[in-house]
Amino acid sequence: MSELLDWLSFVLLLAGSVLCITGGVGLLRMPDFFARVHAAGLTETLAAPLLLSGLMLRMDWSLDLLKIVLILVFILATNPTASHSMARAALHGGCRPLLGNRRPSPGENASSKT
Amino acid sequence: MRYLYVTVALAFFWVVLSGHFAPLLLGFGALSVSLVLIVVRRMDRADRQPGELVPQLGLVGYIAWLLKLVIESNIDLARRIWNPALPIEPVWTRLDTHVVSPQAKTLYANSITLTPGTLTTQVHEDHFMIHALSAEGIEELRHGEMERRIARLDL
Repeated sequence: MSELLDWLSFVLLLAGSVLCITGGVGLLRMPDFFARVHAAGLTETLAAPLLLSGLMLRMDWSLDLLKIVLILVFILATNPTASHSMARAALHGGCRPLLGNRRPSPGENASSKT
Repeated sequence: MRYLYVTVALAFFWVVLSGHFAPLLLGFGALSVSLVLIVVRRMDRADRQPGELVPQLGLVGYIAWLLKLVIESNIDLARRIWNPALPIEPVWTRLDTHVVSPQAKTLYANSITLTPGTLTTQVHEDHFMIHALSAEGIEELRHGEMERRIARLDL
């Protein structure tokens, strides 16, 4: 049983690490600010939960386990808020998204300055 | 009633984080909880529409469904990132919304942002502005399954 848990946590930790690296690569490859926010979301929405659950499987029943659960809840609850406010701040500062289809951004002037 | 929920949640939070049951530390906890309660009361008076999130069973089902969606879109985005051609086509567009209550809107906007590939940039009276990495992401939102599930919750 503990052998099985060990392997399961190994798989979860590995998957989480791979996703973290993917998020980093995405950050570097994406063309503009808004696309980079999506890439950063990868590490927060799935990589962090995978890593944390991998850790949980390695722990005994204790308060620390509950603390990790709380960390997980707070990451998932605050990540959208942070992403949203970053995007809003960028828009407020005059940064317009780079669009793939080259149509002007709705409601704003067509000149994008990214 | 609402303050009872807040008190219980805060007390639970304190005990989990501290893990000590000495009278002195529990006393500090009681002090902190009452301080936060005072602040919450003042904030309620300031915004005049105290939000109430009633715990309900439907919410658990919704979160489970959302987690599934998050995992799917994570895999999709990871594929796109590792693809040498970087097949993204960012769009920034308007998404009409039909949910009205502030709670439902908050949940909707946050759920959209939580799924990688779609990002709520602005929230207006009857529509959101969404930035998405691909047109499919927007199409899926326009289908409105997420919104229907939120509307079914009693928020």
